[in-house]
Amino acid sequence: MNPALRIISPGLSTTVQDLGRPGFQRLGVALGGALDPLALRAANSLVGNPGNTGVLEAVYVGPSFAVDADDVRLSFAGADTAIEILDDAHSTAGETITPMRSIRVRRGQVVRVGSLKNSATLCIAVEGGFDIAPVLGSVSTDSRGKMGGWQGRALIAGDVLPLHRATAIERDEYRIDGLDLIAPRCCRAVLGPQSDYFSDEEIERFFATEYTVSAGSNRMGMRLEGTPIRHRCGFNIVSDAIATGSIQVPGNGQPIVLLADHQTTGGYPKIATVISADLPALGRLPIGSKVSFAPITVEEAVAERRKLSAAIDEIGGKLVRISTPSAAVAARLLECNLISGVYDAAA
Amino acid sequence: MLDYKVLSAGDTALVVEFGDRIDRELSTAVLSLAQALDAGPIAGIVETVPTFRSLMVHYEPLVLPESSLVAHIDEQMKNLTARQVTGHVWHLPACYDQRFAIDLDDVARRTSLTPQQVVERHSGLTYHVYMLGFLPGQAYMGEVPAELALDRLATPRTKIPAGSLAIAATMSCVFPLETPCGWHIIGRCPIPLWDHARATALLAPADKVTFVPVSAREYDTLVTRASEDVLRLEPVSEFFGAVA
Repeated sequence: MNPALRIISPGLSTTVQDLGRPGFQRLGVALGGALDPLALRAANSLVGNPGNTGVLEAVYVGPSFAVDADDVRLSFAGADTAIEILDDAHSTAGETITPMRSIRVRRGQVVRVGSLKNSATLCIAVEGGFDIAPVLGSVSTDSRGKMGGWQGRALIAGDVLPLHRATAIERDEYRIDGLDLIAPRCCRAVLGPQSDYFSDEEIERFFATEYTVSAGSNRMGMRLEGTPIRHRCGFNIVSDAIATGSIQVPGNGQPIVLLADHQTTGGYPKIATVISADLPALGRLPIGSKVSFAPITVEEAVAERRKLSAAIDEIGGKLVRISTPSAAVAARLLECNLISGVYDAAA
Repeated sequence: MLDYKVLSAGDTALVVEFGDRIDRELSTAVLSLAQALDAGPIAGIVETVPTFRSLMVHYEPLVLPESSLVAHIDEQMKNLTARQVTGHVWHLPACYDQRFAIDLDDVARRTSLTPQQVVERHSGLTYHVYMLGFLPGQAYMGEVPAELALDRLATPRTKIPAGSLAIAATMSCVFPLETPCGWHIIGRCPIPLWDHARATALLAPADKVTFVPVSAREYDTLVTRASEDVLRLEPVSEFFGAVA
């Protein structure tokens, strides 16, 4: 049997994602990719994968899946949640772990991820990655374009995702310390490209407003609710290209921030653009959370991008060996002690 | 030389904007700059995305600072006085049969034409591909004859079939995938505009397209041949010049 993860429950919407497929927007192909690329890199780092390896990205409610491989090493990075490792699909209790660590799971065991807290997304990486053919250089799922990922769609119960590795590499498990992947209260944004559609007062109002992320938000765009922003000269523009993080203001004055799966072109004025260094944080904002925007110059934004780039390079340095021995190792230690006669039953 | 503005779209993209209307002169400028940048790429340019009236240039600012990219664009613009673009010329089969053209009668009524006249008007000219967007391979083609220019449907349909040929305002599109849509559907194209197996688009920005009416029977034959991969539509010719 080919090594695989078998989906028992997909959660709310779980998709395969990597860093997306740049280079084809002129053909109408969305960029896509993980909503929180930093969580993607952290998850991959925990299992020793290259940073751009495809992972499962869960939103709001995580999936349940069974391991159809001798054993696999998994990792979880992003939202806070409880992850149960059950002995089989019928078990009701098992080991419960939290994200930001790797773990080895054996054949038949079931992994059940709960509701996500403090971030909208959780990345689940598997050592060696999924055996999925890239489309235009990426395994990211493009649901609108019906391409990439697993059959161009979010996972459903019964999907069997093939893995590159049949067994986990013999090594210790790791956790990551000191990497903050929780949703932000504020994102920084550069004015434009269509800030001239708004008066100075309205631009000031935009940066002073605390918005609520509203229902209807998805991987394409984050809908915000707050004091409406008025346009100076109408809200229909001739469609032009969209950058991830663009904040467009449609006729009702409630901004929409374009996220990873945004369409390549659009026809509303864009008051500002979230800086690239804050896109991973932006992608963590769940529906119902509060967010505001702070103005920043392009030069400052580039400095922040440089810092993020350095932080990505340093993820490997944040890996800490998990010292608590697993049950199997503990049993073996016990066995050794008994044989050597050092074991003291009274201790 | 056409005036242009360079606008920041965050710290990793610039917009070179030539105006705020849909017309071929602006499109020529957009596409000629896109082709010039693509032909002589410099380190740090990630991709260019041409649209009706502007070109977005995605770049890596840690390799290519914004000021250097702006200087490079200004330099390219100086050399683009002739503003020439290259593209392919296509004859694209289109079936305007009632089986697919669910809005043809309605369009005829709204425009005080007969359905046959709508088909003749729509297929009687050569379209310019302004840009691809919205869906993979979806080309925005203009201009639809003025007498066929209609606002979008008040209530968009939640789903239209892949291949639907539609019009709205001055544009015509073939929707490559099943999608929600508020356009007026006047036919269907048997040739996939997005090839899923190869992940390639049939049309590119700057191409020229003429729709060639085919019968429902011819449509079925073309669909079968395309699905069996024995039919690969080839461009009629190439052109080199202004897009007007």
